[in-house]
Order: sequence, then structure tokens, then C-alpha cells
Amino acid sequence: MWHDALLVMAKDLRVELRSRVSLNQVVPFALAVLVLFGLALGPNLHLLASETAGLVWMAVLFSCVLGVQRSYAIESTDSSRDGLRLSGLDPAGVFLGKAGALAVQLFALEIVLALVASILYGAPLTNALVLLVTCVVATIGLAAVGTFYGALALGARVRETLLPLLFFPVVAPVLMGAMKAWQAGLAGTPGKADGWLELLLAFAVAYGAIGTVAFGPLLEDG
Amino acid sequence: MITTVSPEARTPPETRRPVGERALRVVGVLALVGIVLTIWLGLWVTPPDQFMGNWVRLLYVHPPMAWVAFLAYGLAFIASLAYLWPRTRSAIWDRLAGASAEVGVVFTGLTLVTGSIWGRPTWGTWWTWDPLLTTTALLFVLYLGYLAIRHVPGSDEVRAKRNAIAALVAFVDVPVVYFSVYLWQSLHQTPSILNLTTRKTTIHGSMAWTMLLGFCSFTLAFIWLVAQRYRLAGLEAREESHGLEIALVERRLEGGR
Repeated sequence: MWHDALLVMAKDLRVELRSRVSLNQVVPFALAVLVLFGLALGPNLHLLASETAGLVWMAVLFSCVLGVQRSYAIESTDSSRDGLRLSGLDPAGVFLGKAGALAVQLFALEIVLALVASILYGAPLTNALVLLVTCVVATIGLAAVGTFYGALALGARVRETLLPLLFFPVVAPVLMGAMKAWQAGLAGTPGKADGWLELLLAFAVAYGAIGTVAFGPLLEDG
Repeated sequence: MITTVSPEARTPPETRRPVGERALRVVGVLALVGIVLTIWLGLWVTPPDQFMGNWVRLLYVHPPMAWVAFLAYGLAFIASLAYLWPRTRSAIWDRLAGASAEVGVVFTGLTLVTGSIWGRPTWGTWWTWDPLLTTTALLFVLYLGYLAIRHVPGSDEVRAKRNAIAALVAFVDVPVVYFSVYLWQSLHQTPSILNLTTRKTTIHGSMAWTMLLGFCSFTLAFIWLVAQRYRLAGLEAREESHGLEIALVERRLEGGR
């Protein structure tokens, strides 16, 4: 399973390295969202600094939907999905691989967003360790849910609109957890982040397990 | 799921329908009478509340609606589990889950609306970020998503399996959402359900009976609605396969000409 996961993950990342779709489209999109949040909340730097955590994580959620769509767009052309199915790879491995590749890309995006937001919104990145750990755990949860629902919505002609509808309500706990943990980190009270990190971890484990188990039937039949 | 029209399916339905049909009609009539009685008792017979005045009358509809919504999601969850369990796998569970979730979404919407109307005069706001309210709102969107998944095309078996998995995941998400909203808003001072219950004196007499009646009649209405939607889903499936057979016959006839 883990070997297959690594193969699929390497494949997805290689596709991204060669096509640079995430780099050239998703990252600029996320940056535009950050700028627009700034415009929406006015030039009040104090307000922006206090809301940095929530704004960054909303930008991450929007980008995650794009990331999932990209992850499955790779599979839908040239019937690569049939290829994947016929390859004999363990479905659980395929799930973990796709989620892993998505997580790596999201994580990189979060680093960029954090740096840009700290400049745009005037919020110094104190307690970087808490912020980083939050990113890791939250990203795993987001990638697991995204990959799971991406597969669920795969057969739909209305996939582009269905996916956000499914994805957003389910990841509400991740948004709350990541936002609160970041807020605690940015405010210099990292102790307050502990409970939220536990919640994020539980979420990541739960959806990672659900996806690993349920991906087989979804991929076989989809 | 009836994929081919078997001889049994083609026999006129009158031969086996009456018992269920009559029972269902009784349930429907009882639900209607119960709701009319609830309205009459709630609006004219019961007294206004000491603190909430006439607004207390929402007590006879709002909690029963919320109860029905959660009952519906519970039923959808159990039906989905029954579908995924290999020994009980049958298309009827998928249909039942769909029918129940649909009714659940309608009643969640009604719960949100009546709750909001009630919150305005008693809490002084249409909405508060209370865990219960926020979870209900997210639940509403979550199950709208589930209903959207049900329309994603695929073969009957694939769709049923996909629906069942989606229903399980949605149901598992509910306590997680509740818990995290509970943590999330714990720093804010917002009016909560608890404030209301502690301030309110215990209800008794005609109010308690009216509320009980409300619960019973809304539950009967739930059973009736789910049964109707379930029957309709079965008819739709049969019509689909029947239409396919007709199309096949037509094509064969075209070929023979």
C-alpha cells in the first residue's frame, strides 16, 4: 500500500513539476484572494492583522478546491483513470498517494500565503513552530477530505460545482481549528493552540482512514 | 433495484398494495388531524408564557420540527449502513435513505426558519453562533450536498454505494462539527439555548400536552412523507427500467423492419 502510495504521489508531483499548473494558476489565484480580502475589509491594518489567520485559511480552502479539481483533471484525460484502475495498484495506496501529492502542494502554498499575508496584513509570524505544525496537520485533513470527495464527485457532469458544495461544510472544523491555532500562535499564546491541534489531528486521522477504506469501491465503480 | 422488468413487477400493483396503502392513509389522516389540533391548541387554548408571551407558542412546532429532522438523518444513516452491510444489501435501503434525507433537509430548513423567528423576540437577534444553531446550519448544507450526490449519474449499484458512503461520512461529520463549534465559540458571550431553558419555568398542563401532541403528529407526518417519497422513488426506478425495455423493443422492431 505505502509503496503504491509513493508511486502515485511521485507521479502526481511529476505531472505538476512538468505542467506547473498549480504554480502558475493556483498560487496566483490564492494571492489574488488575499489581496481581495484586504480590499473587502478596508485599509484598516489593525483589523487585517487581527483577522490574518481566518483570511489565510479561507484562501487555503478556496485553493484546495482548485487543487482537488486539478488532481482529478489529470486522471480524467486520455482515460488515465482506467489506466490507474488496470494498473493493479492498491486503491488505498492510490488514495494516499493522491492525497499526499495534494498535501505537499497545499503545504507549499500555505508557506507562500503565510509570508505574503504577514507582509500585506502587517502580522508578524511569531511562534513559527505552532504555525508550521498547524499547517501540517490541517493540510493532511484537507487533502484527505478533498481527495475523498473528488472521487465521489468524479462521475458527475456538474463536478466543478458539486465539489465545493460537498467539501466546504465538511471541512468547517478544519477551518475553525486551523484558524484558532494560528490565532493563538500569532497572538503569542501558543498554549491555546493545543486543543485545536488535537482536533485537527483527530480530523486528519478520521478522514484519512475513511478515505483509505472507502476509496476502493469508489474507484472501482466510478 | 429492478433492472429488468420481471413478471412480478409487471403484474398490476392492486394485488399487493391495499394493506400498506390503507395503513399509510390512516397515518396521513392522523398526522393531518394531529397538526390541526396542535395549531388549535397552540394558538387558542394554551395560555401565553410569563416571560415570552405569545412567542412561546413556537414551542409546539419548533422542537418537533427539529426532532423530525434529526430522526430523518438517523434513519438515513441506518438505512445507508444497512445498504453497505453485505447481508442486507438491497436497493430499498438506498431509496429509504434518500427519501428520509430529503424530508430531513426540508425539516432542517423549517427548524432554522422557525428558530430564527423565535430568536428575534426572545434573544433579540435573528441568529447567534451557538454550537447547536451553527451545527444545524452546516447540517442543512451538508445534506443538500448529499442530495446533490444522489443525482450524480452512474449505474444503479454504483450510485447506491456512493450515496451510502456519502451519507455515512456526512453523519460522522455532525458530532465533529458540533464539538469544534462548541470549542470555537466558547470565548464569546452569546445567548445560548441553555440561558433560555434556565430562565424558563417548567412547562406543565395544557402546554406540555400540546407539545407532546406536536411531537406525535409531526412524527406521523414524517412517516407519511418518507413513505410517499419512498414509493415515488420505487415507481421512478420501475418507470426507468420499463422505459428502457420499451426503447429496446422499439429498436428491435426497427431492426426487424
